[in-house]
Amino acid sequence: MTNHWIDIKNSDCILIMGSNAAENHPVSFKYVTEAMARGAKLISVDPRFTKTSSRADIYAPLRSGTDIAFLGGMIKYILDNDLYNFEYVSQYTNASFIVTKEFKFDDGIFSGFDPKTRSYDKSKWSFEMDENGVPQMDRELKDSRCVFQLLKKHFKRYKTSVVSKITGTSEADLKKVYETYAASGAPGKAGTVMYAMGWTQHTVGVQNIRTMAIIQLLLGNMGVAGGGVNALRGESNVQGSTDHCLLWHIWPGYLGTPRASMETLDDYNIKNTPSSNDPMSANWWQNKPKYVVSLLKSFFGQNATKHNDFGYGWLPKVDEGVHYSWLDLFDDMYKGDIEGFFAWGQNPACSGTNAGKNREAMKKLKWMVNVNLFDNETGSFWNGPGMNPSTIETEVFMLPACVSVEKEGSITNSGRWMQWRYQGPKPLGNSKPDGDIILELGHRIKEQYRKGHGVFPDPILNLKWDYSTDGAYDPHKVAREINGFFLEDVTIKGKQYKKGTLVPSFAFLQDDGSTSSANWLYCNSYTEKGNMSTRRSQKDAPNNIGLYPEFSWCWPVNRRIIYNRAAVDPKGNPWDKEHWVIRWKNGGWEGDVPDGGWPPLQNEDGTVNPNSRYPFIMRKHGHGQIFGPGRADGPFPEHYEPLECPIAENLMPDNKRLVNPTAAIYGTDADAHFTCDARFPFVGTTYRTVEHWQTGLMTRPQPWLLELQPQMFVEMSEQLAELRGFKNGERVKVVSARGSVECTAMVTKRFQPFNIDGVDVHQVGLPWHFGWRWPNDGSEESVNLLTPPTGDPNTRIPETKAFMVNVVKL
Amino acid sequence: MKGKAFFIDTTLCTACKGCQVACKQWHQLPAEKTVNRGSFQNPEDLSFSTYKLVRMEEVVVDGKLKWLYFPDQCRHCLEPPCRDMAGDKDAVYKDEKTGAVIYTAATKGLAPEDLECPYNIPRKGEKGLLAKCDMCIDRVYNGQLPACVKTCPAGAMNFGDFDEMLDMAKKRLAVVKKTNPNASLLDPEMVRVIYLVAEAPLLYHQFSVAGLRRPGMTRAAALRKLTDPFTRAVASV
Repeated sequence: MTNHWIDIKNSDCILIMGSNAAENHPVSFKYVTEAMARGAKLISVDPRFTKTSSRADIYAPLRSGTDIAFLGGMIKYILDNDLYNFEYVSQYTNASFIVTKEFKFDDGIFSGFDPKTRSYDKSKWSFEMDENGVPQMDRELKDSRCVFQLLKKHFKRYKTSVVSKITGTSEADLKKVYETYAASGAPGKAGTVMYAMGWTQHTVGVQNIRTMAIIQLLLGNMGVAGGGVNALRGESNVQGSTDHCLLWHIWPGYLGTPRASMETLDDYNIKNTPSSNDPMSANWWQNKPKYVVSLLKSFFGQNATKHNDFGYGWLPKVDEGVHYSWLDLFDDMYKGDIEGFFAWGQNPACSGTNAGKNREAMKKLKWMVNVNLFDNETGSFWNGPGMNPSTIETEVFMLPACVSVEKEGSITNSGRWMQWRYQGPKPLGNSKPDGDIILELGHRIKEQYRKGHGVFPDPILNLKWDYSTDGAYDPHKVAREINGFFLEDVTIKGKQYKKGTLVPSFAFLQDDGSTSSANWLYCNSYTEKGNMSTRRSQKDAPNNIGLYPEFSWCWPVNRRIIYNRAAVDPKGNPWDKEHWVIRWKNGGWEGDVPDGGWPPLQNEDGTVNPNSRYPFIMRKHGHGQIFGPGRADGPFPEHYEPLECPIAENLMPDNKRLVNPTAAIYGTDADAHFTCDARFPFVGTTYRTVEHWQTGLMTRPQPWLLELQPQMFVEMSEQLAELRGFKNGERVKVVSARGSVECTAMVTKRFQPFNIDGVDVHQVGLPWHFGWRWPNDGSEESVNLLTPPTGDPNTRIPETKAFMVNVVKL
Repeated sequence: MKGKAFFIDTTLCTACKGCQVACKQWHQLPAEKTVNRGSFQNPEDLSFSTYKLVRMEEVVVDGKLKWLYFPDQCRHCLEPPCRDMAGDKDAVYKDEKTGAVIYTAATKGLAPEDLECPYNIPRKGEKGLLAKCDMCIDRVYNGQLPACVKTCPAGAMNFGDFDEMLDMAKKRLAVVKKTNPNASLLDPEMVRVIYLVAEAPLLYHQFSVAGLRRPGMTRAAALRKLTDPFTRAVASV
């Protein structure tokens, strides 16, 4: 979230699209309710009328996988009707930047596409620079090559009539949504979006969010209270785990994983550190080398020195052009290229797309370690449906982990709040906190390497591994390590800091080895003042908008709303006087922690203040990116169909590409997929229900919750049920190119067929909480046996929200 | 009016069923073996081990689809017919301080039909006892909210002094009426569980307002039973 949960209450218009907050984030809904009590409008856009829709002022259905068409139409509506905030767009976004003449978009492909590698040469999307190496700009937004004019041209095709044909939403509903949401662009008004996996789990997942980000920038909704782009995280600590490098392509704090070509730390720093010649651009990432060296010092301690590149050479590098995401790992495992696997706190036999392939892949392993609360479909895959245990040689070890309330530590919520939690009951039986398991594992691995059992022992033997107190994992030691220490006595800005003291904030981190920090973003969370995440003050900030700055701690540096320097006009006056985030008063900022303490962009007389910095400080050029030249699949979003879709040609004019040309695809015999195939005529999608959690491992064995939602089901329209002769409550079979799952038919008015270019297209929806292991009669199975083998080219997140199925009698 | 009351604002309910689970947890009631019947509502009905149930209905009103949620439970009537009909003052009694209507082991042998509950609440168990919501009277006596109210994240469930709740209900009704002219409070002067609904009451549930299961009994007669001491006296003879 750019903002945070409580801040939803400050909104004037809430768009819930790609999520179903009332069902899946029920606590968040109280802030939605609070906003509505103040007169805010709630818009629900979803293929199916959901619990969120039942509370909304406006409900608009759309076919799964057509969000860019839907939102692209909104961009066109905003531009056509001059509903954008001109000053914001002109001063704070890259709308004014002049784009190279090499940038083109023809027949559905941007310039620079290489069909062999199915990837783009992004240099064809660069900005024109002036003689000083600063982007050329036209703040009037009139130059025909400026981003604003290119945006107009690109989305000219997204007419409401065209959008309606693609999405199946009526033109009247589209207009109602556009009009209501675009009203949040008025001065002093704010609109927000609450999204989740309904947007991300597509071959165009990142571009779905990009489209909304463009809308928010046009309407001046970034940085303001009640605005932002807000991802509702699906697990209490998924924000924290991402911050600390859950994903293969980043190190802690979103530092890029090094590529094999970056042999030295210098190579890495040169290729990864952006530079700007614009004196008005803070270009905060120019500090990256300080964060990298501090991270390496945290990994390797005294063994990391200037002479050995601080141990950079000991860390694994990834090959150019190769991906190591979930989809790719299981593809490798299926091909027999992976010997051992730690399934830690996960259940790929049910949670991963194309789960049948994952289950087959696990047969090829020599060993697997399953770390979880209970045995699951993954740990017992060899005993599952269709498996012959006598032919499977994979040795499976189960390490029982304790539950969250049995251990101490922090979680970071969707709003980036790090909150400390204390141990309640002691762990049951032999179960242990994950920290204890990892620490012990590290000690044992080190021991093996010390005995000479392993090639390239340096990274392991040099690893600092001192996180225990009296032999047990110490979460406070880890939290302090994450914050970081001064490793020498230093004087910074006239103030002395002793060796061994905690670094007050990331502004103090150095690239010379004098500081360590395991995650620069969390530097400031655990300082000499104490563990900030334990704070529980209920005092609000002076702006009284629900920031509660002394409740827990928020990254970065306790800033509750990021990009907040865009919440004021260039003279430092809040766009919204009532719900102001920061304001310039008596030569300083008050309110939230500002995105840098520089003065406003303009002096009182309207002249530019050269001491100021543009508000989007994490961007190289300091401007919000309407044009996003860093994405794998294009600088502007474009509507493409899902890999499996019900139509043969892209209905968007001047686009001859049906599917995102850079989508991740796989080629084994387990990766079948079909489009416009009579055998799979219906659109399928997946979702959660309030009664269960993830793959259901924590909820399916719980009798009270199983009572509420006992069986796998498929929701469908009354029209589809009539077509197939199904009765409500009847058991049926849902089939895709990959597998089949038995479900209870839930026949409902809440699903309606979509009129797609004159043809009735039916959609069905299934929850992903079930699996054969529980209920223990093995009667239920995972929807992911059906879902497709593809994903987004930027993130490789699978496309489990749109695929093709059939529904048949048992 | 003395005693306690609930105010259940169905216009805020999101059918998260937190109240249903909290009720089972506090009372340590066993789960029922259920199946999916083609609905998000489960179990199908109240039972000896299910005192609280979020009923869910899909209806079309003026061409617009509505999904209505109704967290059903004992209304703790001000003058409870079940107490009068039980015929045994030890079987069903009204707690003086809170107004909670409490069923005891002495309900053994009684049939739910005998109690003529206008809201169709009591259910019989295997051993012949009757059971229903007890207002979490043990929690309330210890200064705590009923479990269902405590857990509700949506602000739909409220609990407090009767007059305070009735006042809250009336104020909220005035607000909701602006956008939903059909909104109403259900039997507000007769029960300690006051519902606010946005649509016609019977769209939510057959027994959302006082009715009688006995054939031939009209709502008017049922209401008389709730209010008229003479009817009650006759009925209890």
